[in-house]
Amino acid sequence: MLRDYDVIVVGGGHAGNEAAAAAANLGSSVLLITMNMGTIGQMSCNPAMGGIAKGQIVREIDALGGYSGIVSDKSAIQFRMLNRSKGPAMWSPRTQNDRLIFATEWRLMLERTDGVDFWQDMVSGLLIEGEKCVGVETQMGLQIKAKSVVLTNGTFLNGLIHLGEKQFGGGRAGERAATGITAQLESLGFESGRMKTGTPPRVDGRSLNYDVMDEQPGDENPSGFSYLAQHRLTAQRSCHITYTNPTVHDILKEGFDRSPMFNGRIRGSGPRYCPSIEDKIDRFAERDRHQIFVEPEGWDTVEVYVNGFSTSLPEEVQMKAMREIPGFENARMFRPGYAVEYDYFPPTQLRHTLETKLISNLFFAGQINGTTGYEEAACQGMMAGINAHHKVNEKDPFTLQRSEAYIGVLIDDLVTKGTNEPYRMFTSRAEYRILLRQDNADERLTPLAHSLGLASDERMELVGKKQESMRSLRKYMDKTSISPEEANPVLAEKNSAPIKQKVKLSTVIARPHIDMDTLANASEMFHVELSKYDPVVIESVQIMQKYEGYIAKEQEMADKMTRLENILIPSDIEFDKLTSMSSEARQKLKDAQPGTIGQASRVSGVSPADISVLLVYLGR
Amino acid sequence: MFFHADDSTICALSTAPGMGAIAMIRVSGPDAINRCHQLFSGDLVNAKSHTVKYGRFMEGERVVDEVVMTIFKGPNSFTGEDVIEIACHGSTYIQEEILRILVENGCRYAERGEFTFRAFFNRRMDLSQAEAVADLIAAESAGAHELALNQMRGGFSKEIAELREELINFASLIELELDFSEEDVEFADRTELTNLLLKINSVITSLIDSFRSGNAIKNGVPVAIIGKPNAGKSTLLNALLNEERAIVSDIPGTTRDTIEDFVVIDGIKFRFIDTAGIRETEDAIEKIGVERSMNAFREANIITYLFDVNELSPSQLETELTTLNQELTEGQQLLIVGNKIDASEVDLSGYPSEVLFISSLARKGLLELQESLINVSNLQAVSKEHSIVTNVRHHEALSKARTSLQEVLTGMETGIPGDLLAIDIRKALHHLGEITGEITTDDLLGNIFGKFCIGK
Repeated sequence: MLRDYDVIVVGGGHAGNEAAAAAANLGSSVLLITMNMGTIGQMSCNPAMGGIAKGQIVREIDALGGYSGIVSDKSAIQFRMLNRSKGPAMWSPRTQNDRLIFATEWRLMLERTDGVDFWQDMVSGLLIEGEKCVGVETQMGLQIKAKSVVLTNGTFLNGLIHLGEKQFGGGRAGERAATGITAQLESLGFESGRMKTGTPPRVDGRSLNYDVMDEQPGDENPSGFSYLAQHRLTAQRSCHITYTNPTVHDILKEGFDRSPMFNGRIRGSGPRYCPSIEDKIDRFAERDRHQIFVEPEGWDTVEVYVNGFSTSLPEEVQMKAMREIPGFENARMFRPGYAVEYDYFPPTQLRHTLETKLISNLFFAGQINGTTGYEEAACQGMMAGINAHHKVNEKDPFTLQRSEAYIGVLIDDLVTKGTNEPYRMFTSRAEYRILLRQDNADERLTPLAHSLGLASDERMELVGKKQESMRSLRKYMDKTSISPEEANPVLAEKNSAPIKQKVKLSTVIARPHIDMDTLANASEMFHVELSKYDPVVIESVQIMQKYEGYIAKEQEMADKMTRLENILIPSDIEFDKLTSMSSEARQKLKDAQPGTIGQASRVSGVSPADISVLLVYLGR
Repeated sequence: MFFHADDSTICALSTAPGMGAIAMIRVSGPDAINRCHQLFSGDLVNAKSHTVKYGRFMEGERVVDEVVMTIFKGPNSFTGEDVIEIACHGSTYIQEEILRILVENGCRYAERGEFTFRAFFNRRMDLSQAEAVADLIAAESAGAHELALNQMRGGFSKEIAELREELINFASLIELELDFSEEDVEFADRTELTNLLLKINSVITSLIDSFRSGNAIKNGVPVAIIGKPNAGKSTLLNALLNEERAIVSDIPGTTRDTIEDFVVIDGIKFRFIDTAGIRETEDAIEKIGVERSMNAFREANIITYLFDVNELSPSQLETELTTLNQELTEGQQLLIVGNKIDASEVDLSGYPSEVLFISSLARKGLLELQESLINVSNLQAVSKEHSIVTNVRHHEALSKARTSLQEVLTGMETGIPGDLLAIDIRKALHHLGEITGEITTDDLLGNIFGKFCIGK
């Protein structure tokens, strides 16, 4: 009934959507299969995109020509650049989003993408020929052929929802689970596991008393994710902060015996950094309060997301405890919080392209790989989409290095180390985070994506112009001096030592607490010069000039690492024969099948001495 | 950690450790020729490959030794890189000095098997040879950690483990502020962080300082026997050694080079260095000997000043001691020993009370001298109460870790942001990791999740 496709994408969430968009934009014919056309691009958890480390990922997706940044900008109701007071590696953009607009924009962008077809159905199995995936089978009984298949099943594979003592099958509240795929993959030799995540109650915003909460407004000068910079906020909505108290905790504790977390019904491991409220009370008993972050779900809707109150306790316990939180005395609940357990496949079974090692032309992206988070899912989807297209067209794999992108760090961590809990990105996971900044994702990645044919000419031109402006401003600052008469008054204001003779602008800016504004205040000439430049350029140059030493230091380390990454390990290597290596290392390497010495060195249990042995055997 | 993957220039002693007639130090790497050239009186840069140069190994203006340097230009060398082989005199002091100076000038101590490894890496060896190397490395990998820890004499491993814990704590506190600034957690204030860092720094510093004692335990406490020509230094050495190690004559200046040997007294190893008598001389060879004596003097933990009671009156001794005291460096102990009391009718009561009187020839007072050596070496106390670093590479790693930590401290003072501090903290962790094993980001995150309630 349906034609054959180049790429079939199973799932219409953040991962599936980016996969479909990337493959189609590269020229593949794509079929996106989702169980419900009405829930494409859902924000299943909180209505926000980005944040620390995650914001950098959204910028990277955008720089590569993905859609997440644009969709987020279009649906934003608030923008904040987090960690402004810290160094430039830490600056992280975040938006609060209108949940409904977010989903609508995703749907519209996919509809407008040439080459993307849709089909509403549940994929119940894969078509396998030998060791190759050649299509899917659906619950309606269709067999749809494709040259590559990308699975992005989210929490739907054998999804099991827990609410107090109740359990029901489902991937999200109100949506049924997907069955069949796990069993088939296991029969093909895949290892699978269970993970758990949770979500808090949603309440009626009209029933809350915001007067007793702290308001957290957006930035005064909101920017956005996309380097195309087509959508900027003019109005914003605030979030609010309140706290739990011992009374809340006591009420919650009454329900512990009926908690699936504590009575052993939930087997899957949940994330340590995103614990349920009962988990927080249990593990950190000495704390008498926990923060509640109240997030609006959109411009117009009255629904509100109670972040920090994730729970799977019985709904009446949730309700009773919540009403003891200041501002929530009269709260009306729309939907209770719940926990969901789902199948995942340890990602060490994947190549760096996200293709499975066991079955060729089959790719996994998102929570199926044990990750959590929209951004983590979206970037995997994009990489899987690109590589699915490349596989079909017999092109070289497209992967990113740890020193090139958070996306590179994420995928490398997954496939070389695996994960025991839902994997979320943190900046501390990146060795070279000062290189992986949100301000330079376009410089890092757009040229790569442009040469693939994914990032548009427009994006490439923008990067070109930005870099040209940056060069020109840097040159100006390298050759223009500031006099003691001009500089010393403003330096004194910043408690910075006075200068005794004329000093180059690029030298003064390297001092702590001195920025472009300081210098523009000191020198009218520089003020005039700066007015010729885009604020984005000024900021990027400021970062380059102020942190040059640190950037150079990390670049040097990254280059060293790259040399290890360039030493390839042949896929037919027999680790068992390397008897000089510790048996633990042999086993771990056998499991991980690293493609390069760099990857091998990051496999846990493999020591530098083991790597030396490996290098000796490789004859290099 | 991956010694094979870097392009540093490495150095190590290639002859068996300990004293010999001559010793050979090998330097390999892209900067081998330049580094050695800068420390050599002759010209190595323009020297042809496979030639030999004779000259002086210099530290600034100071002559360290007369050496012979052999130049091998890559790829026609053992390792395939540029290699310099330095043949020097065989005293452990000279070997250590040359290695120390090389390291201070940009070389790195080679890991065990690293020369061979580089040889393989640069395809100077075939696989069967290389497999032997692999086994060698593997032997180290299996036993190395355990061995290293055992080597660290009890307390050291515990102290390093605690240090590791403290550093992970510190790094976690910094990372907490970075990755979880939006979370509802309390961040340590900067004073607290500074104190934590100062504590870590002082532990590292005391470990680094222990290296001198550690080295003494491993290589023997260096004791320089000095004094005017013909005071009987060589006779004393022979008496302590119970053998005719040094040539003895009554001609002043007989000993022209430093002679050294080990004596174990009450379980403590002493390395006695018999020096050429220090005097103004025109004799070129004796001059070098005198310079070496000065080196030995600087290196020694204990200086035994020997004088002939028949030659030096109490007032003359006082003058000598005034000069001598000015030369002493911090931590150096001085023993004043009056010799040749058997051949003397001199009244000894005029000398200061701390002077020991002996007769090397008659073997009188030697026991008392040995007792004094034990007492001033101060090692019994040290080895029991404190952790001691004895391994050169541990010392190097700790020193580098301290340098990074000092950059963190400076950064905290100037108020630079945490992500930049983290760069140097990670470097410190990395260097410490060279002793304890690598510290991963998973360690840091695990520590954060264990101690702080993360998650809104």
